[in-house]
Amino acid sequence: MSTLGVVRLLVWKDLILELRSREILTAMTVFAMLVAVMFNFAFSPSAQDARRLLPGMLWITLAFASTLGLSRSFVLERDQQCLEALRLSVLDPGLIYAGKLLSNLLALLVVGALLLPALAVIAGVPLGPQLGPLAAVLALGSVGLVAVGTVFSVMSVSTRSREVLLPILLLPLAAPVLISAVRATLTILAGRPWADILPGVRLLVAFDAIFLTVGYLVFEHLLEE
Amino acid sequence: MQAVALQNITKSFGPIRALDEVSLTVARGETLAVFGPNGAGKTTLLKIAATLIRPNSGRVLLFGDDPLRRPALRALIGFVSHHSYLYPGLTARENLLFAARLYGRRDAPARAAALLDAVGLTGRADDLVRTFSRGMTQRLSIARALVHDPPILLLDEPYTGLDRAAAGAFTALLRAMRGSRTVVLTTHSIEQGVALADRVVILVDGAVAYEAANGAQDAVAVERAYAACVGAPA
Amino acid sequence: MATTVTERAGPTSRTVDWRGLLVGAGGLIGVLGLYLALLYAPEEATMSHAQRIFYVHVPAAWTGFLAFAVVFAASIGFLWTRRRAFDLAAHASTEIGVVFTTLAILSGAVWGRSAWGTWWTWDPRLTTTFMLWFIYVVVLMVRAAGGSGGQSARFAAALGIIGFLDIPLIHLSVVWWRSLHPLPVVVRPEGFGSGLPPEMLTALLVNVAAFTALYAALFSIRRAQMAAQDALAALREAARRPAMRRDRPGMEEGKR
Repeated sequence: MSTLGVVRLLVWKDLILELRSREILTAMTVFAMLVAVMFNFAFSPSAQDARRLLPGMLWITLAFASTLGLSRSFVLERDQQCLEALRLSVLDPGLIYAGKLLSNLLALLVVGALLLPALAVIAGVPLGPQLGPLAAVLALGSVGLVAVGTVFSVMSVSTRSREVLLPILLLPLAAPVLISAVRATLTILAGRPWADILPGVRLLVAFDAIFLTVGYLVFEHLLEE
Repeated sequence: MQAVALQNITKSFGPIRALDEVSLTVARGETLAVFGPNGAGKTTLLKIAATLIRPNSGRVLLFGDDPLRRPALRALIGFVSHHSYLYPGLTARENLLFAARLYGRRDAPARAAALLDAVGLTGRADDLVRTFSRGMTQRLSIARALVHDPPILLLDEPYTGLDRAAAGAFTALLRAMRGSRTVVLTTHSIEQGVALADRVVILVDGAVAYEAANGAQDAVAVERAYAACVGAPA
Repeated sequence: MATTVTERAGPTSRTVDWRGLLVGAGGLIGVLGLYLALLYAPEEATMSHAQRIFYVHVPAAWTGFLAFAVVFAASIGFLWTRRRAFDLAAHASTEIGVVFTTLAILSGAVWGRSAWGTWWTWDPRLTTTFMLWFIYVVVLMVRAAGGSGGQSARFAAALGIIGFLDIPLIHLSVVWWRSLHPLPVVVRPEGFGSGLPPEMLTALLVNVAAFTALYAALFSIRRAQMAAQDALAALREAARRPAMRRDRPGMEEGKR
C-alpha cells in the first residue's frame, strides 16, 4: 500500500474511533474552556490587559489540552497492544508517527478553533481582520506542539507512571514553539504590520520543520521493546 | 530450507537473561508447540521470531532470509497474541478491513467477509468488538492474523482466558484454518498444545530443556517430561 | 555462559590510573585557578570583590553545556548501536551536567543580585540555561521511572537528542521575544576576551580548564560506578541460573 494510503488509513481509524467515543475531543475542549474561564477570574483583565494577556492564555491552555489528547491517543493503542500489531504490519515506523501526528493535529486544531473565539469573547478582544494571520499562527504552533508531543506520547503506552511525565516533558521541549507562537499572536493582536510578524512566522516554520524531521527519525527507536 | 530458523538467540533485559543461546528450527508446514513455565522466555522467543524484539545476539531466518535486513519479510508472519490486537471501538468487520488494507489487500471487503465466515462470526460482523466474549475475540484474532494469508503463523499463549469449551473450539478452528502453514504455538495448556502439534519443545529459564523427537506425543508423556524439567506439575 | 566483568574495581600496578591523574590534575589546576581568581585577578571596577563569582559562574555554565553535548553524542551513539556503554555515558554525563548547571544558575543569581539588584532576569542566556536545566532534570526523572528493558534508556536518549537541539532554538525564540521587551540593564558580555583585561582572562581560562578537568574526572568515576553496578547485577543473575540448572530433576519449591 502506498505511503499516503497507509497514513490515510491510520488517520481514518483514529477518526472513526474518536467520532464514536468522542472522549478525547470532549475532554480537551471542556478542559480548554474551563482553563479559559479560570484565567479570566484569575486576572480579571481590563480591555487593555486582555489584548496583552490573551496570547499567553491561548497557548498555555492549548499546550495543556494537547497533553491530554496526546496521551489519550496512544492509550487507544495500548488497550489491546494494537501498537504491536501496527509495528508488524506497517513497514515504516515513521508512517505510524505521521498517522498519529495528523490525528493529534486535527484534534488540537479543532480545540484551537473553538478556544480562540471563546477567549476573544470572554476577554472582550475583537479578532476581526486579523483572523487570517491568527489562524496561520495557530496552525503552525499546533504542528510544532504535536510534532514533539507525538514522539513522547509513545511513553504512555508502556506504564501508567509515564503519562504523568508527558506534560512535564512537552513544555520545555516545545518551548521554542510556544514562545514564538505567543510572541507572534501578541504582535498580530497589537495590529502590527506584516513585516513585524514575518520573522516569528519564519521561526515557527523552521522549528516545525526541525521537530518534524527529528521526531520522524527518533520515533522508530521508541517503538521497540 | 526451514520455514523458521532461530540461531543462537540471546536476549537480556537489563541484567536478566531471558533467552540464552536458544536455537530452534521449524520445518515448512510443521506445527511446533512450545511449553514452559512463566518467565521461561516463550513470549520473548516468539516476539523475536516475529521481529518485534531485537535479540542481543543471534539470528532469525524466515525461509532462509533475515527479516531484520529485509523488513518486507514481516508480511510472511501472522501473529496471534494473548492480547487481541483488535480495536474495541471498531466492529469486527472494520477491524478486518483495517488490517487487510494495511497489508495492501485490494480485495479487503471480500477477504474480510470470507474470514468472518470461516471463524463463524458473520452474524456479529457489524457489532463492536467491545461487546464480544473472550472466545469470540480470540477467533477474530485468528481471522486478523490470517487476513494477509501469511505462510507462518505464530501464536503466543492464545488459550489465556479461554474456558475448556472455548479452548476446544479454538483448537478446532486452528486445525481447520492452518492449512499448509507453518505454525509455532506457545502455551501453558499441554493438552491443547499436544492436540495440534507435530513437535514439542519445552523451554525453561531461557533455554531448551526438552525437545521431543518427530511424531505426535501423547499428553501424558509430555506432562512427565515437563514435570522432570520444571520440578513441579505444570 | 560467561559473564565478563568489564570494569575493574581499581587500577592495577600495570595500568595507568587515568582517573587518579585526572583528579590530581583537576585539583592542581583548581588550586591555581582559585589563587588566580581570588588574589591575582584585579578588582573589578563597578562590583569589586563580588564580581569574582564570575570565575565560578562562567566555567560552571561552560561545563554544563559541555556535559550536555556529551549526552547528545552518547545518545545518538546509543540509538545507533544500542551499546550499553553509550547509555552509561549519557546517564553519567546527564547527572554531572545537572549539577554544574545548577551551580551555574545559582552563582549567576548571586552575581545578578549584587550586580543588578535582582536575583533573576529573563535574558536569553539565562532563560536558555534554565530551560536546559529543566530538560535534563526531566531526563533524570524518566530514567528514574525505570521501565521494561531498555525502554527508559531509549526514551532518555531521545530526550537527550531533542533536548540538546532545543537549546539554540530556545535561544533564538527568546531573542526574538526580547526584541519586544529589551532589557533595561545591559548584560555585560561574559564572553571570552571581549573587554576583559588580560589578568582576568587568564584567571577565567584557568578556571575553565579546572572545571573541565573536574568534569572529566567526575564523568569517568561515575561511569565506572555504573558499569560496576551493571557487572554486579549480571554476576548475581549468573549465580542464580547455574544453581537452578544443577538442581533441576526432583527439585522442590523455591523457584517461581
